[in-house]
Amino acid sequence: MTDSTTPTPEADQTPDKGTALLEFRKVNTHYGAVHILKDVDLAIYPGELVCLLGGNASGKSTTLKTLLGMVTPTSGDVVLDGEIVNDKPISYRVERGITMVPENRRLFKRLSVLENLQLGAYLRSDKDGIAADMQHIFELFPRVEERLGQKAGTLSGGEQQMVAIGRALMSRPRVLLMDEPSMGLAPALVQVNFELIEQIHEDGMAIFMVEQNANMALSIADRGWVIQTGRVVLDDTADVLLVHPELRASYLGGRDER
Amino acid sequence: MTAVGVRSTRRVSWVDRFLTTLRIVLIALIVVGLLAFIAQQIDNDNAFARRRNPGATGLTAAQVKGLFVTGVAQGAMYGLIALGYSMVYGVLGFINFAHGEVFMLGTMSGFIASTKLSDAGYWESNFIGSFLLIILIAILVSTATAVVMERVAYRPLRDSPRLIPLITSIGVSFFIQNAVLGLFGPNSKSYPQLPEWLAKNRTILTFDIPGTKIMVLVVAAVSMAGLWWVVERTKTGKAMRAVAEDKEIAALMGINVDRTIVLTFAIGGAMAGIGGILWGLSFRSVTHLTGFLPGIKAFTAAVVGGVGNLGGSMAGGVALGTAESLGPQVILEPLGVKGVSQLRDAVAFTALVVVLLFKPAGLFGERLSEDDRA
Repeated sequence: MTDSTTPTPEADQTPDKGTALLEFRKVNTHYGAVHILKDVDLAIYPGELVCLLGGNASGKSTTLKTLLGMVTPTSGDVVLDGEIVNDKPISYRVERGITMVPENRRLFKRLSVLENLQLGAYLRSDKDGIAADMQHIFELFPRVEERLGQKAGTLSGGEQQMVAIGRALMSRPRVLLMDEPSMGLAPALVQVNFELIEQIHEDGMAIFMVEQNANMALSIADRGWVIQTGRVVLDDTADVLLVHPELRASYLGGRDER
Repeated sequence: MTAVGVRSTRRVSWVDRFLTTLRIVLIALIVVGLLAFIAQQIDNDNAFARRRNPGATGLTAAQVKGLFVTGVAQGAMYGLIALGYSMVYGVLGFINFAHGEVFMLGTMSGFIASTKLSDAGYWESNFIGSFLLIILIAILVSTATAVVMERVAYRPLRDSPRLIPLITSIGVSFFIQNAVLGLFGPNSKSYPQLPEWLAKNRTILTFDIPGTKIMVLVVAAVSMAGLWWVVERTKTGKAMRAVAEDKEIAALMGINVDRTIVLTFAIGGAMAGIGGILWGLSFRSVTHLTGFLPGIKAFTAAVVGGVGNLGGSMAGGVALGTAESLGPQVILEPLGVKGVSQLRDAVAFTALVVVLLFKPAGLFGERLSEDDRA
């Protein structure tokens, strides 16, 4: 990227942040013969809000799936808190503090709101901790407490989003992945939704967000990456990316690759 | 399935007219049959009853009650088997047609165990102990069969189109039937006699009920309550319901999806094993073909109740058992049909047609949208 207005070398971004919570080291993935992610390097540090931007089929969802273990890298390492977890199952990673709010929320619609939240804490057995976290979610989202006994499928889109975030928080993650959090929400709710995310981030949660709505995502993020056909092409602070001419041209311009 | 969404915009076709006619004819048949039955009850010699069926003598109230109890007990056994169909359908979305053989193996293992116990004299001296023992053995055999079936036949096909495990299940069914035929021969095997204190009639709320049927009803009710508790009240049950709804997200919660599916097969198998023992003790005979008709009937019961819905499957079983027990003599005989006792199975499957004509998702089934089922 030739005309970066404020060049920020990798070394400047990472001092005194400690070990990365989550890291990709030269990760390559293939789907059959198709090469999806190409030498991707990523790192998320405690307390950061990072967003990943990219067009259709750029490798965004593969990145998330690889982080969670639904896709195994063909080369390179996925590192979780200093530990290489390439061949570890999802449950192992969830126990070590990573979870995701899936695209379109994907609540268990026929289960009650309470059961959805309890399933978020499926791998935990510390009853007191679970109760405390549940209470914390009710403080964040008082509406969720009112709807506790209802089937999740009967909630409005905004309420479902709250339950989906709550369910993810119930696993007491150290880094929260969010796949297209504003997808399928009414326009009025998108703003509310980003405020929620910001609020959780201010509580100290590291968040890794994949989002189509680049302006909105960058306005609350600390850093951002742009991925194109499986390659990270931009890696900078959110302030820089927001005004980045190339990003506006290539990503927001919607040039369709593959 | 695909036509459901567009029904309102579609013109009325001849299929719709045919279905409407069929609905009217079936309902008319049931209503006329019931009226004729009532007419017969009021006066055996009235014009209506006589013209319909000169030979019919009508049923006494005690006979109707007896048929009803028989139907409910029979239905409870269908219900226990139906649970297995329903649970597997809920989690994997296909009908495991080999489930009837899981039930048959429960009956068969119960026969072997009870004969051994009877030979040793233990059956007569301590029936309760023997009963618990054969139920335990049947549960173990049926559960093991269901689990092995899942591992060997269905798990490799997890990602195939749903038709493929369905056809495989028919193959598994034939395999088990023929294996049992080869191992135990074709002749019918008889369970030992139930002790007199259990089998004798008891009067409950003016119903004169054979003890065997009381046993069936009690055991079925306890099993159903246990299943309900597991599915609705335990963490494992919650995981099962989550897997039934969305496997990917269930895995994201940290649920072991494979193990949950195995557990679903195991619990369905255990219910079929219990049903198998009750069947064996009620009818006292078992062959390698015993699983076929009860299996099909239980599948029918699951569809009547709404497949995938556990309470519905049990209720569907009871409804089907009652319908096939009462239907022939209460509806068909007053209509002048001859040899009605041969028509139980026809009535059972007609009941299925009637229910599906009015409630295509079953009595208690919820209509699932396409994206829910995907």
